[in-house]
Amino acid sequence: MKTRALGRAISTAILVVVFCFGLLAGGITNYSYATQFRELPNAAPSSAHILGTDGLGRDLFARLAYGTRVSLLLAPAAAFLSTLIGGILGSFAGLVGGWCERAILAAGDLSMALPLLFVLLALRALLPLDISPALSVVATFALLGLLGWHSSLRVVWAASRNLRNSDFLQLARATGCTRWKIIRYHILPNLRPVLMAQFWISIPAFVLTEATLSMLGLGVMEPLPSWGNLLRGLEDFSAVGSNQWSLSPLILLVLVVICFQLALPAQEEFA
Amino acid sequence: MTSRPFRILAVLFLFLAPGGRAQSGGELHFCLHGEPKTFNPLLVDDEASENIRYLTGGVLIRLNRQTQALEPGLATSWTISHERRTITFRLRKGLFFSDGTPFTSEDVAYTMRLLLDPQTHSPTGDAFRASEGKAQIETPAKDVAVITFAAPVAGLERLFDQVAILSAHSPKKEMAVLGPFYVSDYKPGSYVQLRKNPNYWKHDAQGRALPYLDSVQLDIQRNRDIELVRFRRGELQLINRLDADQFERLQRESPALAKSAGTGLYAEEFWFNQAPSSPLPEYKKTWFRTTEFRKAISLAINRDDICRIVYRGFAKPAYGPVSPSNKFWFNSALEEPKHDTQRALRMLARVGFRYEKETLKDRAGNRVEFTLVTNSGNTAREKMAAMIQQDLAQIGIKLNIVTLDFPSLIERMTRTLDYDACLLGLVNTDLDPNSQMTVWLSSGENHQWNPNQKTPATPWEAEIDKQMREQASAPTEKQRKAKFDRVQQIVSEQQPFIYLINKDVLVAVSSSVSGAVPVVLNPPAFWNVETIHLKAGVELEAQK
Repeated sequence: MKTRALGRAISTAILVVVFCFGLLAGGITNYSYATQFRELPNAAPSSAHILGTDGLGRDLFARLAYGTRVSLLLAPAAAFLSTLIGGILGSFAGLVGGWCERAILAAGDLSMALPLLFVLLALRALLPLDISPALSVVATFALLGLLGWHSSLRVVWAASRNLRNSDFLQLARATGCTRWKIIRYHILPNLRPVLMAQFWISIPAFVLTEATLSMLGLGVMEPLPSWGNLLRGLEDFSAVGSNQWSLSPLILLVLVVICFQLALPAQEEFA
Repeated sequence: MTSRPFRILAVLFLFLAPGGRAQSGGELHFCLHGEPKTFNPLLVDDEASENIRYLTGGVLIRLNRQTQALEPGLATSWTISHERRTITFRLRKGLFFSDGTPFTSEDVAYTMRLLLDPQTHSPTGDAFRASEGKAQIETPAKDVAVITFAAPVAGLERLFDQVAILSAHSPKKEMAVLGPFYVSDYKPGSYVQLRKNPNYWKHDAQGRALPYLDSVQLDIQRNRDIELVRFRRGELQLINRLDADQFERLQRESPALAKSAGTGLYAEEFWFNQAPSSPLPEYKKTWFRTTEFRKAISLAINRDDICRIVYRGFAKPAYGPVSPSNKFWFNSALEEPKHDTQRALRMLARVGFRYEKETLKDRAGNRVEFTLVTNSGNTAREKMAAMIQQDLAQIGIKLNIVTLDFPSLIERMTRTLDYDACLLGLVNTDLDPNSQMTVWLSSGENHQWNPNQKTPATPWEAEIDKQMREQASAPTEKQRKAKFDRVQQIVSEQQPFIYLINKDVLVAVSSSVSGAVPVVLNPPAFWNVETIHLKAGVELEAQK
C-alpha cells in the first residue's frame, strides 16, 4: 500500500512538472517553435539548442515544450467532453430505461462499430481549409471528444441502472424529493467515481489518438507542434542516430501515459 | 618462346580474371513495391506490372534508356509516312516466343488489333486511340507489318516501346513472350519468378546468348525500409528506387553501393486555383489570376534550401515543366530566376500590393493569406510546405498548411474546386510532351489550375492550346520541339505551375552485380537487365 502511494506521489509530481513545462513554454525557451535555422538541420545538442534541431532546423526543445502544451491541455479537454457526453447519455439511459435506454445503447454500439480513424478523416476533410493551425488543433481534439463518448457510455449506464432500483433512490422518491434534488444529492455523488475514472483513463487514450492522427499527417497542422507530429521526426532513423535527443517526445509520451496510469486512484478511492 | 603448360595457364587466368568476360548464370534478386495487377502487357497500369512487362515483353522498337534514342527491337527497321499516319515495320526473321511458337507479322497485327480495340480498355492503347477513326493493320508479308492510323499520331514510333507483342497462336496466350525472361512462377503476395527465355533473339558482341542471368526473383515488398534492410543483409542485389534519406544512410555505410543516376523527370510543383467557378472570395481569385503575384511567389521560394534540407542535396531546383534530363525536349533557354525576396516585393508593389509592418496587403486592404493543401503522409511534401511557409512569411504572406487524405484532396481539386493552392508531384515517365496533352490543353481535365474550360480563359492559355495542337501534327521532331519550346516559354513566363524541384534518381546496386548502369528513365536500375550479370562466387553474400 505504501509502495503504491509512493508511486502515485512520484507519478503525480512528474505529471505536474510536465504540465508546467508545457504551460510555461513561452518563458523557458527563447525560440519560436516555427523558426527554421536552415544552416542547422538535424543538429546535435549544443548550448544554443539544448536538444538539437529537427529536420528543418527548428529548435527541438522549443517544439517539445509547445507540443507538450498542445497535447497535455487539449487531451484533458477532449476527455472531459467525451466523459460529459457519455455520462449524460449513460445515466439517462440507465435511469429512464425502456425504449430510450435501448435507443441510446444502440447508438453507442453503432458509434463503437464505426472505424474511428475513418470517421475522423471524413470529418477533418469537411472542415474549412482556411482555419488557423490553433483552431484546427482545437477542432481535432473536439472531434476526438465528440466521437469518443461510447467508451464511457456502457460503464455509466451499468452504474446508473444499479442506482435506478436502489432502495435509497426509491426512498428519496417516496419522500417527495424533486427530480433535480435526486440528481444532485443522490445520483451524481454515486456516479462520481465512475465518471472520474472514465475521465482519467481517457486522457492518455486521447494523447495517443492524436499521436496516431499526427503520425498519419492528419493531426495538428504545421508549424504547430504536438507530441504526435514530433514523433513523425522519428521516421528518419539517420537523424535519430545523429541526435538521440530527438527521442525525447517519445520518452515524454511514454512517461506521461505511465504516470497517468500510476497516478490514477482506484475506483473505490473516488467515492 | 613460351612453354605449352604456361600458355594453358595464361588462357585459364584470362578466362577466370575478374571483369574479363561476363559470367553467365545466377539469379538476380530484387523487389517489386506492389502486387502486379496483371501479366497481360496490354493491360498494364501499375508500376509492378510495368516492370514485369519490361523484363518479359518483346517490343518492335526499344527506347534506349541511356541514350534516349530509339533502337531496333523485333523490327529491324521502320518507316513513317510523311503525314505521320502510317508506320511500316520490317521484322526480324526466325524468331520464336518463349514457348517455341514462331513470331510473324500476324502476331504484330493480332497485338495491335487487341490494343486498339476499345473493349480491351488498354491504358497503353489510349495514346494510339487519341484520334477518332479505326486503324488499318496489314501484313503484306510474314516479316512486314503496316499500320495506318486515322489521323497523325505524334511521337508514333516512341509509343511502340510500351507495346509488348503477343502471340496470335500460342496456347499460353500472354504468358508466351519475346523478351529476355518469362514468368515461371508467381505466388501472390510473395514473389514473381522469371526464368531466362531460351528463345530470346539478342546476342552480345561475342555472340553469346543474352540475357546472362538464369533467372530473376522479384519479391513483393511494399515496405521500403525492410527492402533496404534486406539489401544490406545481402538478400537483395538491387533497389530500383531509394528516397533521399535511405540513400544518404546507405551512402554513409557503403558508398560504393549507393548510386545516383542524376536528376530525374519527376517534378514537385504547386499551383493556385484559378477556376472562375471555385467558391473562393473574389479578391483571392484576383490575386491568383495575376501573373506578377504568381511570379513573386515563385521568386520568394528558396529552392536551393528545399533541395539541400528536404532532399539532402539529391534534387535540383526546377524552373520549367521539363527536366534537364529529358535531353531532347528540355528548353535550355528558359530563365532560371534565383530566390530574391526584394525583387518579389517590388514585383508585388507594381500590381498594387503593399508591404506594411511585415504584412502584405492587396489594393483593397485584404491581408494576403492563403492555404496550401497537400496529401497527408508525404513527409517530404510536408517539409517543403513548411519551408515555403517561412519563405513567404519574409514577404508578409501568411500561409496555412493543410494535409488531406488523397481522396479528399482529389475531390477538392477536381469536383468542388474548394482550395487556394495545392502542392503535388507530377509523375512524368514519358519523354514525349504529347503524353501531357490533358495537362496543357485548357479543355483538359488535368489542366489543374483551371480545368475543363470551354474556351481558353486567357490569351496565353489559347496560345498554349494552339502550340500543343500544332506540335502534335507537326511533320518533323524538330518542328515539334520548336512548338513545345514555346509552350515551355509561356509556362515559364506565366507560372501557372510553380515548379520547385526535380528529384534525383537514386538506386542501390550490390557489389555482386556487374554491368548495372543506373539511368534516370524507368526502370533506372535494371533497364539493361540483358547484360547485367553476377560476379562469380559473391552471389547473395552479405554486403560489406
